[in-house]
Amino acid sequence: MTTTLNPGGAAASARPAAAAVVRLFLLTAALPASAEPLAMTEVAPGVFVHQGAIAEPAPDNAGDTANMGFIVGDSFVAVIDTGGTPELGRRLRESIAARTDRKPVIVINTHMHPDHVFGNAAFTGIPIAGHANLRDALAARQEVYRQRLTEELGAGTAAGIAPVRVDRPVAEEVRVDLGNRILVLTAYPTAHTNNDLTVFDRKTGTLFTGDLLFVDHVPAIDGNAMGWLRVIDRLERVPAVRAVPGHGPARVAWPGALDAQRRYLTVLVQGVRRVLKAGGGIQDAVAHVAEEERERWLLFDAYNPRNVTATFAELEWE
Amino acid sequence: MMRYPPIGLLASLLIVLSMPGLAATDAAEDAARWDMLHDMYFKDRPVEEAGALIRIEAPARAHDAALVPVRIEVEPALRLKSLSLLVDKNPVPLAATFRFGPASAGSGIETRVRVNEYTNLHAVGETQDGRLLMAAVYVKAAGGCSAPAVKDPQEAMARLGRIKVKLPDTLSPGNPATAQVMVSHPNSSGLQFDQVSRTYIPAHYIRSIVIRAGGQTVMEADTDISISEDPNLRFSFLPTGGGSLEVVAQDTKGATFTHSVPLTAAAAKGDPAL
Repeated sequence: MTTTLNPGGAAASARPAAAAVVRLFLLTAALPASAEPLAMTEVAPGVFVHQGAIAEPAPDNAGDTANMGFIVGDSFVAVIDTGGTPELGRRLRESIAARTDRKPVIVINTHMHPDHVFGNAAFTGIPIAGHANLRDALAARQEVYRQRLTEELGAGTAAGIAPVRVDRPVAEEVRVDLGNRILVLTAYPTAHTNNDLTVFDRKTGTLFTGDLLFVDHVPAIDGNAMGWLRVIDRLERVPAVRAVPGHGPARVAWPGALDAQRRYLTVLVQGVRRVLKAGGGIQDAVAHVAEEERERWLLFDAYNPRNVTATFAELEWE
Repeated sequence: MMRYPPIGLLASLLIVLSMPGLAATDAAEDAARWDMLHDMYFKDRPVEEAGALIRIEAPARAHDAALVPVRIEVEPALRLKSLSLLVDKNPVPLAATFRFGPASAGSGIETRVRVNEYTNLHAVGETQDGRLLMAAVYVKAAGGCSAPAVKDPQEAMARLGRIKVKLPDTLSPGNPATAQVMVSHPNSSGLQFDQVSRTYIPAHYIRSIVIRAGGQTVMEADTDISISEDPNLRFSFLPTGGGSLEVVAQDTKGATFTHSVPLTAAAAKGDPAL
């Protein structure tokens, strides 16, 4: 079922933001009054992307480790992911103001992970859209994510993270009209997480995949591998000409960019199945599975052992 | 039984102190913690260093703190009355106690635990003559008790209570065999916080798993919240000629889940072989 959001109607709910914004400025009183805009690439007319570092959040990258962007229509702007800290969200907002007079009327979260949603704090009062599972999934995790960010980047960086809010849950498909520009938001069954959502700009054939597509950065499984492989088959049919991955370059060719990720997940599943068949345990699987993929990805050691562990626990029920 | 009270403490101190790279204050804290657990779970009974009789293995750095595989190996000749597994620094340290019955074929166990912070894991075996033997391993992992491990809650609830048993391809009566029992259950720890409802998700976990072969007890396990979601046990048992392997699991809401598989090689194919 498809419903259409009317971003014009959203403006009314933008008012209660004032108090929260004031508080945010008090918290950041020591910083310059306006944040420095993020570097953006215009990957297609009116489609802007900021490329995050392919790294774990750390002081040297200030938590800027995921891609984010915005799309400008004749009337409104849609924001797609907001970065890993409130400050990155503020910088993204400055980038929007530097590029257009039109205002953001919707923030679209592609999934629950903190490197994609903690910048939401900079968009108080603007409706947030996300997968129908996003609210519960993030509610259960936000405190753990906040603690982790505090450990990685300090309490100052983690201060002011916004409470969990999903104003426009997407169960299957929702269209957003930005003025002569329709975005199609599609929710998927469990793959990278249980709340993955893509954004398709029909005007330019640009697909924001969120973390349903990793390029260069080894895929990270926080959902299930078999589900992800099924979703890749579905994604492949999206008539896009380019994609913006959740991690990797600002723009990649479509659907060719899916191939490496499909190969990794297939190798992972086959490797875990072999260990299960031979009667091995998780430790045996972690030691060997997908080892042949090591040289093809960044952050392999940070994520592959976890992917193997998760996939083992998934496939042993087959 | 007060003759050797310092032995357990001394042994654990030695283990902790011999670990490279660990600050002395941490070692002292770990030793004090074990001292407290010793007192809490074993009162004034001495606990001896098990040496080669019991070995405990876990990854030095866990890849998923909510799912840390642990393997306890027990010298085959040593028939334990029971085996306890403790995650020292967890909110509920005693993860499980396994009591072995006549159909057990060795006291080794493999399972998976949650690890809330950097901690020692202790395996404490009780011999037939009442001695307590312990082995320890240090694990670096954090957040396993409060982390929401359930990746797909709808699927987890739909599968709740399903039990799967894996048996070897061939079984011969009287020859020890390895089996794996898996119980699908979120095993909610009660420590997982929901930001939207501003409440903790209520504790709801498997509290006991009883396994019998041909009507004889293999083991009775008392389990707690330090055991991972989808409790998973690997153990040895003595197959009978015919009969079945039965599993009875109970959770904290009083639900009972049962599953039974025939102990014949042909019939065992219903569940994929190990």
